[in-house]
Amino acid sequence: MKPLLDIRDLTLQFDTDEGRLTAVENFSVSLGRGQILGLVGESGSGKSVTAKSLMRLNSGNAVYGEQTKITLHLDDGPVDIMSLRTNRQLKVVRGGSISMIFQEPMASFAPALTIGDQMVEQLLIHTGMSKDEARRHSIEMLDRVGIADAAKRFGQYAFELSGGMRQRAMIAMALSTHPKLLIADEPTTALDVTIQAQVIDLMKDLVKEFGMAIIFITHDLGVIAQTADHVAVMYLGRLIEHGPVREVIRNPTHPYTKGLLAALPKLSDLDAPLTPVAGDIPSPLERPAGCVFQTRCPSVIGNVCLTEVPEFRECGANHVAACHLIGAGGDTP
Amino acid sequence: MTDDILISARNLSVRFPLSGGLLSEKTYVHAVEDVSIDIEKGKFFGLVGESGSGKTTLGRALLLANPITHGEVSYSDGDVDYDLRSLTRQQRRDYYSRAQLIFQDPYAALSPRMTVRDIIAEPLEVMKLTSSRRETDERVREIAAKCRLNLEHLRRFPHAFSGGQRQRISIARALVSRPRFVVADESVAALDVSIQADILNLLKSIQRDLGLTFLFISHDLSVVAHTCDHVALMYFGRLVETAPTRELFAAPKHPYTKALLSAIPSLDPDDRGQVQKLEGEIPSQTNPPPGCKFQTRCPFAIDVCRRDEPALEMVEDRHRVACHRWKELEGTVPSALEVRAES
Repeated sequence: MKPLLDIRDLTLQFDTDEGRLTAVENFSVSLGRGQILGLVGESGSGKSVTAKSLMRLNSGNAVYGEQTKITLHLDDGPVDIMSLRTNRQLKVVRGGSISMIFQEPMASFAPALTIGDQMVEQLLIHTGMSKDEARRHSIEMLDRVGIADAAKRFGQYAFELSGGMRQRAMIAMALSTHPKLLIADEPTTALDVTIQAQVIDLMKDLVKEFGMAIIFITHDLGVIAQTADHVAVMYLGRLIEHGPVREVIRNPTHPYTKGLLAALPKLSDLDAPLTPVAGDIPSPLERPAGCVFQTRCPSVIGNVCLTEVPEFRECGANHVAACHLIGAGGDTP
Repeated sequence: MTDDILISARNLSVRFPLSGGLLSEKTYVHAVEDVSIDIEKGKFFGLVGESGSGKTTLGRALLLANPITHGEVSYSDGDVDYDLRSLTRQQRRDYYSRAQLIFQDPYAALSPRMTVRDIIAEPLEVMKLTSSRRETDERVREIAAKCRLNLEHLRRFPHAFSGGQRQRISIARALVSRPRFVVADESVAALDVSIQADILNLLKSIQRDLGLTFLFISHDLSVVAHTCDHVALMYFGRLVETAPTRELFAAPKHPYTKALLSAIPSLDPDDRGQVQKLEGEIPSQTNPPPGCKFQTRCPFAIDVCRRDEPALEMVEDRHRVACHRWKELEGTVPSALEVRAES
């Protein structure tokens, strides 16, 4: 069976005053139905613009590479996302079959419209529902995500809801059109841990219930460990490691993934010193030649790292990493 | 009060007027209510809580950046003894140079129009701590080197720097007046994990070198576990539990502490769902629940919890908890650490 989403050689550049900068380079990943893919990386690694490419939401100065091919395999045939042009065509990826929830729930609701108005509006656009049906369906969705007194909340404005409730409403709104793919961009980062635990639970339940796939973007590896089936680690616009969540977290192979895990304060061992990944992520204007991580990598093995872009190599079951260090044994020293 | 306490707060309350006035009764937000803490000299004191718990307000009150409504706060660093509620103007100015704040967001905290040198030098100039430009420059270079800033970068503007470098600039600015007490308010929350560890290590090493006392405000328990010597946990403006870090994480007593610890997502993919879930959210400040403020979310609340507000009780020497039922509940819920150790 074909995967739901297939991203091939996504290259994305932006024309800026300082020149053309590369945000994503040769990014390929595919995602099956009902799967959760965790997309990890620090700020500037290109994870948000990758996700936005799927809905073609990047700003006007975005230039996609010629090889780029993103295919969404729906029940009634494949959709070639890069070839969509008009707003009418784009409807299918913008709220139709793909929905997105954002990091800051306060900023993603219009302040002057009620929650209900916004939920009904998108249902009218994307489904054949009448206004009345849309209203009933929206209230039902609010109820499903655990908002008490849904009918009352339906008529309220975003500022009247608490942070956790806003994020729930955002999820209800994103799911009310029954998308096949949900993109969640740091959905729990702005929330407190106890609320985060509630939202993560909710999302997992909804995946089971609606059978949709999720791309979960976050910088928090703990959240990934708790939710994702697969993990894709990005650094400076490149995919550097990809595999099942257990594999990647237990046997990280790329030095960056290893560094990221070592930098994380762990509750299970309070005596372990924190080891930062040395240095800073370079500016996208000064992308290093060869391996993108070479400027910070503790185990550069010589010229090959500085000049040649590493290929993906197998380092476990379905587990690949792009690093020159990977020898025949499939591991880094 | 013993010699090794730098700041001691007793029954400290901070209230902000909400509305009302001449005709209607005035209502207040009780941002911090009846909090007593002792911050030991040369230690990292962690203050933890969710948003709206009053941790920032408490931190700012100790810096006299927020008005204190009730209570006593004393400060004693060996050179001076101050009662922070009754300072003369001169003492107040002196206190400001002894107590400093590091902000959360390194992108918002630095003026884009000032060079790094001017940013770091500003406290010295405002507080008139140096007598010549040469002395100022010397102090700036000295602290910049301590914060591992490249001295050639002092002439640049903040936009040229990454988040981690900016945070180092903020730290240098806070430390240039040679404070004894530093409040770090969510100072690593805006940073990537890979940089966060670097800033935490820097704060630790500076604290050791200069013998500073830190009040480390954070919502991230794993960061606090790795940095702080002593932790105080706040909920709804109240102190719910305070203990030496290891003890708090190994043997939490308050149901809220336990829930918070278990809500931290575990890095082990097979350890899914072994958490003790908390329902609901922090209640509204305008309509506080009677009795224990945690009773609306506490799975163990009984009548007495809904009626009387619990006082802080002593568990052990320096471990205190505000819960009516902490003794009966002992052992009923395993701590997050035990759960993790078993799996």
